[in-house]
Amino acid sequence: MIGFCGLTLAHPIVNGSGTFDAIAAQRAFGDALIQDFPFSAFVSKTITLAPRDGNPPPRLWETPAGMINSIGLPNRGLEGYLEHDLPLLARLPVPLITNVMGSTAEEVSRLVEAIGERDEIAAIELNVSCPNVSTGLDIGANPESLGALVRAVRPLTGKPLIVKLTPNTADVANVAVAAENEGADAVSLINTLRATAFDPGQRDTPRPWLGGGTGGLSGPAIRGVALAQVASVAQRVGIPIIGMGGVGTGEHAYDLLSAGAKLVAVGTENFRDPAAGSRIAAELKSLQIAETPSTSVKMAQAQVEVDMNSSD
Amino acid sequence: MRVTAPFGRRRVTLTSADDVGAYRVLHAADPDGPLPWPGQFYMLASAERWGAGHDERPFLPRALSFLAATDGRLSFMLEDVGPGTRRLCELGAGDELWLTGPLGSGFTLPDDEATAARAILAGGGVGVPPLAAWAAALAGSGLAVEALLGFRDAEHAEGARLLASVDVRVATDDGSVGHHGLVTELLAAELDRDAAATVYACGPPAMLEAVRALCNERGVGAQLALEAGMACGFGACFGCVVPVRDDGYVRACVEGAVFDAGRLEGVPAH
Repeated sequence: MIGFCGLTLAHPIVNGSGTFDAIAAQRAFGDALIQDFPFSAFVSKTITLAPRDGNPPPRLWETPAGMINSIGLPNRGLEGYLEHDLPLLARLPVPLITNVMGSTAEEVSRLVEAIGERDEIAAIELNVSCPNVSTGLDIGANPESLGALVRAVRPLTGKPLIVKLTPNTADVANVAVAAENEGADAVSLINTLRATAFDPGQRDTPRPWLGGGTGGLSGPAIRGVALAQVASVAQRVGIPIIGMGGVGTGEHAYDLLSAGAKLVAVGTENFRDPAAGSRIAAELKSLQIAETPSTSVKMAQAQVEVDMNSSD
Repeated sequence: MRVTAPFGRRRVTLTSADDVGAYRVLHAADPDGPLPWPGQFYMLASAERWGAGHDERPFLPRALSFLAATDGRLSFMLEDVGPGTRRLCELGAGDELWLTGPLGSGFTLPDDEATAARAILAGGGVGVPPLAAWAAALAGSGLAVEALLGFRDAEHAEGARLLASVDVRVATDDGSVGHHGLVTELLAAELDRDAAATVYACGPPAMLEAVRALCNERGVGAQLALEAGMACGFGACFGCVVPVRDDGYVRACVEGAVFDAGRLEGVPAH
């Protein structure tokens, strides 16, 4: 059992937001999904105040060891989520973490207040990879705007507040420190790396393949970036970290824990292996029997610090 | 119709693989899987060396409708058109696949008595598998079943042999076999002759869009098995959306991949 922000979890493996739809998966796999639920907590896809259709297709592009998605956060909106999805998600055998996003502090406040009232929800994750309506920059891209957002919403809920950091920033650790200073209970990282691909059938007149123009890169291709960013954040904050980025095996999860993560989220690997969460949890457990992470964390962190300092 | 899949992916072994004209047909032993319904699909990846091909791909599994399923055996038909299908086409007896499925919902029988007597299976190219599976299921149902299949050339038209139990008419782009032209020309003529029918279709997007339009124009019921780029096949990635009337985008993998033509705004080009 693992303690995380007051929750008690059966193992350290959760899902990344937007990489597993437990309701759709139950249609495909039936009750076996519930009996063998792969994660120790379930993170919802991002919920916004108003319903969203998402981006026009194509939405996916396969890359070397990964993929770019440009989904555009389709969801039923807050009301639809509470009415239609929450009663179904509340039946899952694990704690529910609801991920929310808004383009202003007022929007996020309304989401956090409404989500905060529901006993079925154990914790709230803020998606801050959203452009600020006035500056056009992602709210999570700099410490000031992120700090202001967390300061605004922190008093509105007693539930654990997790900030999902964007990797598309100059110094992710500075942003993490701002989240901690304003009262975040945990941070999660990394979100996808901004990426694009051109339409291979239109090389004469280059244009993006994805309907949304750009998207986010995920999968094994970004694992090294995730490990470095988690290690960097772990050296600067004391709150727990959910580490993610290209995790496909117990070894990958072990590395993120060694870098300082408390939990590990599986994302893209769920697409290739629907039961990846429980497989990775089992692989991790057998590795952990061989070594105690607490003794190796500082060594791993120190090593990453040395390497990062000498890498440019 | 939807048959629920066992949760997770499973490792299965190919018992044999054949070349049928331009296509590769894989036969796998799937002792732990349920009997799927025609039009359902599976996510497939080679268990070994999935990746490190052209452009360091494939990475994601590939969605394929099954061609035939009997008693713990599954067959798939595919063509080498990219890094994923290329790797799958290399496989032979004894090689292993990662398999998830059956997924999605399949074809349904016509519920309108006026059109229930006759089924037209229309499609072509790599759209043959769900039509072949449906033809096999309809054999003995009392429905009159005929198939209209389009292919690029004679080598591809060999794929028509996979619909063993029904009367097949072929069209080819180069005129080397059958009608010289589009399969949708055969379909339009057939519906103009007698519109009391239900059309079941699978094929390239442009062909399905033409089938959708000509069936809608004539008020003919049609069920289209769509192909859409998807990462997962079970509703997780939200990548495979298609536009539907009054409901924005829906995921082909969970709401389809078989759709009533009247529900679709159009068939996406990708």
